Amino acid sequence: MKKKNFVPFLKDMKKDYTILVPNMLPVHFKLMISVLKTYGYNMELLETEGPEIAETGLKYTHNDACYPAILVVGQFIHALQSGKYDPKKTALIMAQTGGGCRASNYISLIRKALSRAGYGHVPVISLSLTGLEKHPGFKLTVPMIFSLVYAVLYGDVLMSLSNQVKPYEKKEGSADALTGKWTEHLGREMGAGGKLSYSQVLKNCRSIVSDFEKIETEARDAVKVGIVGEIFVKYSPLANNSLEKFLISEGAEPVVPGLLDFCIYCVYNRNTSCKLYKTQKLRYPIYKLAYKLVTKKKDEISDIISASGKFRGWTTFDKIASLADGYINHAVVMGEGWLLTAEMLELSESGCKNIVCAQPFGCLPNHICGKGVMKHIKEKNPDVNILALDYDPGASRVNQENRLKLMLFNARKNAQKSDKISKEADNQPKIVHFT
Amino acid sequence: MEKRYSLGIDIGSTTIKLIVTENGNVIYEKYVRHMSRARQMAAKILGEASHLLKDAEFTAAISGSGGMGLAEAAGIPFVQEVYATGEFISRTAPDTKVVIELGGEDAKVIFFDGGIDERMNGTCAGGTGAFIDQMAVLLNMSADEMDKESLKAKEIYPIASRCGVFAKTDIQPLLNQGAAKSDVAMSIYNAVVNQTVAGLIQGRKINGKVMFLGGPLHYCMGLRKCFINTLGLDQNTAIFPEYDRFAVAIGASIFAEGGKKYTYDEFLLKLVNASGREGETHLRLKPLFESEEEYNEFKARHARAHIETKDINSYSGRAYVGIDCGSTTTKLVLISEDKEILYSFYSSNQGNPADIVKEELINIRRLCGDRIKICGSATTGYGEELILNGFHVDFGVVETIAHLTAAKHFRPDVDFIIDIGGQDIKCFKIKDGAVDSIMLNEACSSGCGSFIETFAKSMGHTAEEFAKLGIYAKSPVDLGSRCTVFMNSSVKQAQKDGATVSDISAGLSVSVVKNALYKVIRAATPDDLGKHIVVQGGTFYNDAVLRAFERETGADAVRPDIAGLMGAYGAALYSMKKKGESTLLSHEQLQCFSHTSSVTVCGGCQNHCHITINRFSDGTKYITGNRCSRGEGKSAAEENPNMFEWKRAYFEKLKPKAGKRGKIGLPLALSTYELAPLWHALFTSLGFETEFSPFGSRAIYEKGQLTIPSDTVCYPAKIMHGHVTELIDRGLDKIFYPAATYNVDEHESENHYNCPVVAYYGEVLGGNMEALSKIGLLNPYISLDSPKKLSETLYPCLSEIDKTITKQQVFAAAKEGFKAYEDYRSAVQKEGERVIKFARENGKRIMILSGRPYHIDPEISHGIDKLSASLGFCIVTEDAVSHLSDYQNVNVLNQWTFHARLYRAADYAVHHDDTELVQLVSFGCGVDAITTDEVRAILERGGKHYTQLKIDEITNLGAVKVRLRSLLGALEEEA
Repeated sequence: MKKKNFVPFLKDMKKDYTILVPNMLPVHFKLMISVLKTYGYNMELLETEGPEIAETGLKYTHNDACYPAILVVGQFIHALQSGKYDPKKTALIMAQTGGGCRASNYISLIRKALSRAGYGHVPVISLSLTGLEKHPGFKLTVPMIFSLVYAVLYGDVLMSLSNQVKPYEKKEGSADALTGKWTEHLGREMGAGGKLSYSQVLKNCRSIVSDFEKIETEARDAVKVGIVGEIFVKYSPLANNSLEKFLISEGAEPVVPGLLDFCIYCVYNRNTSCKLYKTQKLRYPIYKLAYKLVTKKKDEISDIISASGKFRGWTTFDKIASLADGYINHAVVMGEGWLLTAEMLELSESGCKNIVCAQPFGCLPNHICGKGVMKHIKEKNPDVNILALDYDPGASRVNQENRLKLMLFNARKNAQKSDKISKEADNQPKIVHFT
Repeated sequence: MEKRYSLGIDIGSTTIKLIVTENGNVIYEKYVRHMSRARQMAAKILGEASHLLKDAEFTAAISGSGGMGLAEAAGIPFVQEVYATGEFISRTAPDTKVVIELGGEDAKVIFFDGGIDERMNGTCAGGTGAFIDQMAVLLNMSADEMDKESLKAKEIYPIASRCGVFAKTDIQPLLNQGAAKSDVAMSIYNAVVNQTVAGLIQGRKINGKVMFLGGPLHYCMGLRKCFINTLGLDQNTAIFPEYDRFAVAIGASIFAEGGKKYTYDEFLLKLVNASGREGETHLRLKPLFESEEEYNEFKARHARAHIETKDINSYSGRAYVGIDCGSTTTKLVLISEDKEILYSFYSSNQGNPADIVKEELINIRRLCGDRIKICGSATTGYGEELILNGFHVDFGVVETIAHLTAAKHFRPDVDFIIDIGGQDIKCFKIKDGAVDSIMLNEACSSGCGSFIETFAKSMGHTAEEFAKLGIYAKSPVDLGSRCTVFMNSSVKQAQKDGATVSDISAGLSVSVVKNALYKVIRAATPDDLGKHIVVQGGTFYNDAVLRAFERETGADAVRPDIAGLMGAYGAALYSMKKKGESTLLSHEQLQCFSHTSSVTVCGGCQNHCHITINRFSDGTKYITGNRCSRGEGKSAAEENPNMFEWKRAYFEKLKPKAGKRGKIGLPLALSTYELAPLWHALFTSLGFETEFSPFGSRAIYEKGQLTIPSDTVCYPAKIMHGHVTELIDRGLDKIFYPAATYNVDEHESENHYNCPVVAYYGEVLGGNMEALSKIGLLNPYISLDSPKKLSETLYPCLSEIDKTITKQQVFAAAKEGFKAYEDYRSAVQKEGERVIKFARENGKRIMILSGRPYHIDPEISHGIDKLSASLGFCIVTEDAVSHLSDYQNVNVLNQWTFHARLYRAADYAVHHDDTELVQLVSFGCGVDAITTDEVRAILERGGKHYTQLKIDEITNLGAVKVRLRSLLGALEEEA
């Protein structure tokens, strides 16, 4: 079906168009952009921030649309209006999963907003593995997909290590500086073209780990706080009011499950659908193979991280998936689906008992796989503390931070308690009577 | 022994509490409102306690949502308030199991049983102290008076308990219809309790002692009573401690013990020097006026939109009365034949508009004497029908028409009107002199006039003073453009950041404007509005609001000097078309006019409307609150065809048939509404006695209310919990609600998904309803692609409950099911054709009352179908006409089966002059953020009106009626 406002990205646009990328995960996206550059795409990550992004989004999109959509629309239009780019030589790109969640409609929302703002001619490229739309000038090939997977892997490694170091670093900013250095280096390496060799990836990961090991840290017990939720709000500092940064400033250690798991989850779900509904029989072996390949790489890299002795590696995807059993069906595949539930359980299992579930206000899938399962999770795991935080353009930061503080206070109290019980079990609290 | 002193300061959203303890005993307490000057006030009340602290060293901590920034800036220990409450409990009453605390803007429930579990209200939840204050203002009472009144209550009305704005929409019409204030007061408390129970307790069992804390629970005895009753507590288990309001402050003082010691001077210095400016997160805006001259120029420009007045005592001749009985205010004007104002009146309703109108009409009749003859009268607004019937007014005018009439007087070429009143925002686009499209604020976004007023009061100013402060603000705070509740928290944060009252006042004005522009009108550019704009409504008297509007839109707007009287003035102008004698009550009739009202429940149908019977002294009777004409004693036969009714009748025929495999129950909600015929045939054929839960009702909802985990999910999903509970209560042990990622493929869209909530709600039921944990929920993941696929995906689940079921049997049953489903679908289409034919033969209008299949539930659509039918429409559903269009040009990813029908139905309306589409949208429906835009675009491209009705738990239809009548009014003008 041809849509009236659909503007394809044509072959000859490739040479002189700038493609703008919304900011969800700075490190990951920078690396992915480097990969795409080697295939001849000139891309730029938008790193704009501030309240005017949401303001612009609200102006051009339905205010009940989800917060990520408002932000992405806002960031795009804000950029086009800034005068920094020639609107006649600019295209936009957005991921589209094609699931039953309304997020699949971001692209339509962006197009509507563009035409309202007078940029109806700007092409919006749908980055999608299922090929929901046809753009003659933008095609994902198998080698491209592989390189993108490596970019995601690198991103996850850097994110994971940096979060494990930051709260403890002796010299503030060392982890950030190292992450920046590696992002640049890897970007250059991947942007140099040619096929990425896996052995080079492994080598790089070893060097990254050893570099992070060298950062001087102090030994102290920081409360670990897991962050799960709707993918954009979970990761994007723009959307979650710099949640990771806030937690670190409060002395806590953020634990953020990686982006690769979400990618594997998308493949895993195809398998589930094939098995459950007996559709797409021909593609089933391909999905199975892809699943095997990517999970194997994830596990190998995880081994490199844990081999250091200083850092926690990653739980295997199979294990994560199995944790959801008894809580939610693996056929819940819209939005973050069962993975969100499984990630909460994985965090608990790996000792991270405080979890923030970040979601846009009124997020549909999260009614099911977030808020819908919390009672059940808490009943079976009474030591887990889950905080559901809603984000939207009007939500006040002070309320969010107040709730986070409460979580941290209690976490510290619990830690003290278990400390006290072991140390001075006989020291009873005194009761004072009030007049 | 050395004396240990500790200081606890609790800074909430509106108040400061200060506590000094000596060896753990409270020796000093102070409770004051801080009027958004938290730091200064804290220093001041500390000074009052100086005699105790001057010569001692003491430990100290600050707590409370308003104290976080201050503590940080001052370098004083901070303790989160819920944590502080925990300290208070473990020290004073360790056997407490649950704490319920209501604050100014927070509500919290803390469970101490089996691991501390705290719950605070989310960002979308009123039902707190600020809410009670706002409601008291509505009732024109002090909070104290309201409390006293509540204890006399006899009747409790259902009031939406989600947030303040929703509740207001329920309360206002109750007041306008004359419900007793005592009943309304208690109903408000009941709504607060429901909010706490549904939003925070969420199904967790309450055992043992419950301690109640916070200001509202300290002052409101009615609220206490309500909590005790609802939670089933008694004297021993409900605890109202002496220091309830100080719990957090005491907790803070306990937390501080053993910490750093301060001297009085040192501590005071820290407090005084803590500037609130750092860490500022709110953007500041340009001042509204750069200079005094700019303001004077502005005032002079707007003074030109002026209506002449004439002394009523010197005028003689014909005159006309207009009465605008609004939601919070009553406006009344008398105009001369030359349209000059002879008399005008503007006042708050004080709960009973009929008395006010009586008094004012008597006054007017007296002033008129024999010199002036009232030749016509008209009334408009929420209370239109009450006034029309009570005072025998000549005309009732829809608000939109009244306002348009008045606006044309000031600007004959007007093409856009925006009216911001106390409770609502109305915008009309005018094309060729007629109302083209109407935008009203949805119940969740009423950041309107009364909102500013309430804020003004809470900061210790009158509305006028507050507005004045805004004009001179140096750096207005940017507070965003969301609904009232969100703005409450934004203001709280601005206060924390050290914004002045005048910056907040100006910021609120900008917020109200942004809310109207971006939320209600959703304008992208000034051109979206129009060239000739008239602004009106009491809120625009506020120069700061008007200035913000001009700023934001870049438009030069006309503000008539009677901006607040435009409805009444328009009504008066309208009444000039009266021919013959006016029927308005005479002076004598007015003198003996009286009005009584009583409340009863209509038994005409399953809607069970709460109706108010108004009786007037001349024996006439007027009924409000009814949805259809049955409430007025008319029979069903006189009603227009209504496919909502027809569908319900179809489902009612799906009766259980006894079968060898026992009973199976299906909740009649969400997707069951579409697939009931399929499941009924399938299970009956397999030998199950198939029982559906009854149609939804408030009572059904309440049955499951306690187990809903997400308070922002849509009402059709929430009510699921009640349907399942009902089935369990009936003794059913097999309950079936399948999960289906994909819906039936109608080949009309790019994909055929269900929305996530419809697809997977079974997961939520299973994980949150304790009653289900024993029997389990049959929640197989099914495919509806074909009988074969269905039987394959269904068989594993069925064979588990009955081993004797074979695959072949399920396949045969699935075929039966699909046949029944197809029969149903074609019957729907046939009925649609019949209704359309009937309408065309009888010259009636057709309304496609569209939404989802489950919107036909009487509790979910609240009788909007009947109301529409009573207004003269013949009602069809979207799935009855969607097959009559093959519309392709959808500009969104068209991937949901139910939603694809909407676009085609809209296209059908475009091609038929006698057909209108009205879209029902459940609050919280994320998918409809996409569909509503697209349906609107399809209709407007085709030159049709788009009408959206947002529905939720909300039960009053006043606003819906105004909208539908406005639509009718616009259609009639076009004809």
